[in-house]
Amino acid sequence: MRIPPGLTSKDFSDALGEFAAAVGKEWVFTSDEDLALYRDAYSPMWGEPGELIASAAVAPDGVEQVQKVVRIANHYKIPIYPVSTGKNLGYGGSAPVYSGSVVLDLKRMNRILEVNERNAYALVEPGVSYFDLYRYIQEKGLKLWVDVPDPGWGSPIGNSLDRGGGYLMAEYRNHFDSHCGMEVVLANGEILRTGMGALPGAKTWQQYKTGFGPWIDGIFSQSNFGVVTKMGFWLMPEPDAYLSGIVHVPKRDDLIPLVDTLNYLENTRVTNGMPDLASPLLGIPMLADFEGLFEKGSSPFAAPRDPEVAAVSAKPGGGSPEEIGARGPTNPNPTSGHMWFSPIIPRTGEAIFAANRVFSQAAQEFGLPSLGFSLPSCYWERAFIYIFALPVTRDAEFNKRNRAVFQRMIQLAAERGWGEYRTAPAYQDAIMNTYSYNNHALLRFHELLKDAVDPNGILSAGRYGIWPKHLRKAKP
Amino acid sequence: MKNARVALIVVLSMIFAAQAFAAPDESAVEKGQKVYQKWCFPCHGTGSGKPATDLLAARDKGSRPAALEERTDLSAPLIKMFVRHGVMFMPTFRKTEISDADLDALSAYLTRNNKR
Repeated sequence: MRIPPGLTSKDFSDALGEFAAAVGKEWVFTSDEDLALYRDAYSPMWGEPGELIASAAVAPDGVEQVQKVVRIANHYKIPIYPVSTGKNLGYGGSAPVYSGSVVLDLKRMNRILEVNERNAYALVEPGVSYFDLYRYIQEKGLKLWVDVPDPGWGSPIGNSLDRGGGYLMAEYRNHFDSHCGMEVVLANGEILRTGMGALPGAKTWQQYKTGFGPWIDGIFSQSNFGVVTKMGFWLMPEPDAYLSGIVHVPKRDDLIPLVDTLNYLENTRVTNGMPDLASPLLGIPMLADFEGLFEKGSSPFAAPRDPEVAAVSAKPGGGSPEEIGARGPTNPNPTSGHMWFSPIIPRTGEAIFAANRVFSQAAQEFGLPSLGFSLPSCYWERAFIYIFALPVTRDAEFNKRNRAVFQRMIQLAAERGWGEYRTAPAYQDAIMNTYSYNNHALLRFHELLKDAVDPNGILSAGRYGIWPKHLRKAKP
Repeated sequence: MKNARVALIVVLSMIFAAQAFAAPDESAVEKGQKVYQKWCFPCHGTGSGKPATDLLAARDKGSRPAALEERTDLSAPLIKMFVRHGVMFMPTFRKTEISDADLDALSAYLTRNNKR
């Protein structure tokens, strides 16, 4: 049995018994086989001593069970780590930020509580996926659209709380901005509802965001102040029609006035869809790359990854995992995932050129092939975002080098006043430390809140660089 | 009485034997199809824009179907291995997503057309 840091085996054993009483024995996972499923499949520390792993996982089926689990964890001071669908791949998956935590797996809470076509909103639980919501709407024939980030197995709640986005009109594709009202279980097990939800019998919980008094929803995103168990989202009414268009500019430097014009059109709502910057000189060679590798006879595993895999391959008719992917002499470390480096930069053509210079410099420093010229994405209004995928493999040395590249890119960006919008656990401390204005005043404020709302520090320790008092390190 | 007991044992043995060699039962296949539609189809299904199907098509060049539900050479242990271990970009799936019972049904569906 794995034991969370700081706990005795007796206390943990007692707590597991209480978790089982709360959620049912079959929904408490402690075996190595089951806990392997909670590893971050895209972990940049896969197989290294620093890989983030769970000591157990507990899967409640409703808010009352969440309250029970949180109270038990608070009593025994067990670090717990809520995940919704656990598919935040590239940003941490279902593995805890503080290794050894117990994952609170909310996937079974998959109820679509309400979809209101007339006022175009939904109220859902954390385990609901975008696909689930889409299917529900299609089955009922409702004239509503869901803004789905790819692939759609993610959670509207999880993605929104990690401040992810999608592709529709601006007011829908920022998934945190498009939420309206949340229900939160606090570290002491108490339930809080935000916005109009604080009004008993509220008729507008999903129609008016801010309620009365301070609007606190933001503190539950990219943080560890509570377990969100319900959230409302504004949905886009199905349009009767839409019109898309392409503007071509002939010269590289035309990018500067093009961006200014684009900004004007968006900020005045003359256009309201998501713009896309592209160039015929920039392609997406991924499939062609794979085809090339298959031509050369590549396959995915040099050797089966673990004994169970080996046993399956050895059986007659068991199949051959070596046939599946792309490991081979020409590609000894096939990509098994990626980590996203995603800095926010100003919405100007000049910033695009500057970002290309800076990130190409990082590639050169590490002797990597040039990244080539790349264009940012327009997910967010008023700012550009670059989303670079750095490959993750099952080779520790390769991953170590790419982690160093990532850390260097964080520093290069910060030196120019650019910061990341979101990141994987491996980099959350480093990035939070770049948001250091006035001796880390913002982080110190987060810590003040953390100590007040979660004095035992049980919830998602370390998430986005916010550590409970007993685990806090000195700031650089 | 003894004969009746022997007959019962014989009949039960035949039922178990029949289960072992018969095609997977209909309800398991139907359930498995739902599991497939929910969890596998978006990447592995038929039609355009399915990344895993595109990838397998690029690899196999028509030598076998690229969509998993059209294959006749998959086995239950192989399906379990990929679901629980992942491969390349395909992550693992937890038991809160695809339970062991769902996985058995999925295997029944994906092996329904195998030669026996």
